[in-house]
Amino acid sequence: MTDAPPWRSDGALANFDVFGFLARYGTLIALLLLVVFNLAFTRNFATLQTLNVNLTQVCTIVIVAVGMTLVIATGGIDLSVGSIMAIAGALAPLIFLSPIFDGNVAVAVAVAMVSAILVATLCGLFNGWLVAQFRIQPIVATLVLFIAGRGIAQALTNSNLQVFRVPEFQWIGLGRPLGLPVQVIIMVVLVAFAAWMLRRTRFGRSILATGGNERAAELAGVAVNRTKLAVYAISGFCAGIAGLVVIAINSASDANLVGLGMELDAIAAVAVGGTLLVGGRATIVGTLLGALTIQLVRYTLLANGVPDAAALIVKAGIIALAVWLQQQRRT
Amino acid sequence: MNRARVARLFGTYGVLMALAVLIIFGWWRYDNFLSAFNVTTVVRYNAMFALIALGMCFVIMAGGIDLSVGSTAALGSVAAALASHYGIVPGMAAGIGAGLLVGAINGLLVTRARIMPFIATLSTLLAASGTALLLSNQTSVPVSATSGFINVGMGMLWVVPIPTAIAVAAYALGSIVLNYTSTGRTVLAVGGGEDASKLMGLPVARVTFLVYLASGGLAGLAGVLLAALGFAGQPTEGVGWELFAIAAVVVGGTLLTGGSGSVVTTLAGVLLLGTLFNVLNFENGKGWISLSAAWQSVVRGLFLLVVVLLQARLTRSTSQKA
Repeated sequence: MTDAPPWRSDGALANFDVFGFLARYGTLIALLLLVVFNLAFTRNFATLQTLNVNLTQVCTIVIVAVGMTLVIATGGIDLSVGSIMAIAGALAPLIFLSPIFDGNVAVAVAVAMVSAILVATLCGLFNGWLVAQFRIQPIVATLVLFIAGRGIAQALTNSNLQVFRVPEFQWIGLGRPLGLPVQVIIMVVLVAFAAWMLRRTRFGRSILATGGNERAAELAGVAVNRTKLAVYAISGFCAGIAGLVVIAINSASDANLVGLGMELDAIAAVAVGGTLLVGGRATIVGTLLGALTIQLVRYTLLANGVPDAAALIVKAGIIALAVWLQQQRRT
Repeated sequence: MNRARVARLFGTYGVLMALAVLIIFGWWRYDNFLSAFNVTTVVRYNAMFALIALGMCFVIMAGGIDLSVGSTAALGSVAAALASHYGIVPGMAAGIGAGLLVGAINGLLVTRARIMPFIATLSTLLAASGTALLLSNQTSVPVSATSGFINVGMGMLWVVPIPTAIAVAAYALGSIVLNYTSTGRTVLAVGGGEDASKLMGLPVARVTFLVYLASGGLAGLAGVLLAALGFAGQPTEGVGWELFAIAAVVVGGTLLTGGSGSVVTTLAGVLLLGTLFNVLNFENGKGWISLSAAWQSVVRGLFLLVVVLLQARLTRSTSQKA
């Protein structure tokens, strides 16, 4: 098998690897097809508002999915992201609404954001510690915080809904510098940074090496344990940011709901994006495309009057199809 | 007795000992803990989880995972509630049938399309949930009050609640299948090493398909019980059940890597988590502490943490010996 592009004259078109092509560019093609379909059939699709709605809805999923991509690239999985979002979302309002800051909003918001994200990162570090130090399978290790984390968030708030109106804080979800939503900027920066890191830095190579073959990576001198600790911490960090964005948009924090089911959405985005779920091969941009595709499918169905429940079934089909296509490429 | 031996004994009987200790603690501390009412309530409501955990146990022993069980149970409860107007048997058949259908799709996705179990069952989780919502018009579906379907949940078989009797029968059957049939031994072989099993000529694909089918069917049956106990098909129920089932299987000492495990200790794992919940409720009733639902999930998470940490230590010491 050569890697010659199929349009070159020496490679007969008969050899064209349909599955390989679809596995590599399928998500992008699907996304383009969806856009074309919507331009043709969905009313008011080509408006700034549609773009805004879709981007703001997909943002938190992408932010979480970036961390998830790195975790999955090491051969792990992080089920606790939704609960970590709830913890960050419960903690921040407790701090910036607390009377000890005596009306000094700027300080209160800064302390709230930093500490919420810090706690989220520590939660991720705890996951990584269980995985790296005790060799507990990631799915079980992160199950602990999945169960306990939401409980912690509910206990912090006594399961009360925290409602607030603090523009200084909500800027992270509602601000529009240069006409762009702040969380979209955060998402783009995170995606760009993670994509660069994964491709160009030693840490990125360590992540892929760990996921490709842990034993070999260790023997080759890769700090496997430290890499694992780092990716789970990053995943927690991303979940923390996403938690803040969600409560900022809602002007409220409900520990029962923030981030509920997020782990599944993020994993789905990663899978559709083309990251190998057993680790060793990952693409951050693919994850972004995957999340956008899932979002756009849902939007397309809803905008054309298909109920949300049916959209779920379609989403399921897309996930299975995307992973199946990648499977064809590997074999 | 050397350390590895202790470890193995603890791995097998640890959960039973913990269960015994917890029950004795409850009996000593709370007046009505072993009252007929409390015991029947606990075993009646945990029957659903027990059924799901049994299916999960088989899937995990075969080296897979089934995330779809929770929404399959929800789908089963809706199907059972819709069909309950035609009688007990159609109601149960609809619920179990819906579960078997999801299980069959899982099995095909894993064996034919060769999609990783985690993702295959994640997608059917979404699809089953969507189907349940569509069938029910997004609200709970009342079961028939006249066809006797409710007896499946609330009835008694002599002194045993019917859901409990169903669960016990399922576990007995599961234990026999695992220990005394070639299918059961093949499940363990496949989980222990799929390639090796294939080379030995074992029907890997068929057995893998069967465990997902069984897991789906049991989840559907759990859905029947859910409908009968709650008097309604509940399309949004079952969220997170898969993780509860995985926790019960892990607490029961079955390793997630597949290839080994026990049906009986899985049941003990379910009862342990259920009893822990019950004890926390009684402790609340004592008034010394007030554990809200939130703290209960924190306690359950911590409990899982302790168990997996112990398991991690034990498996390391046994694997070093072996």
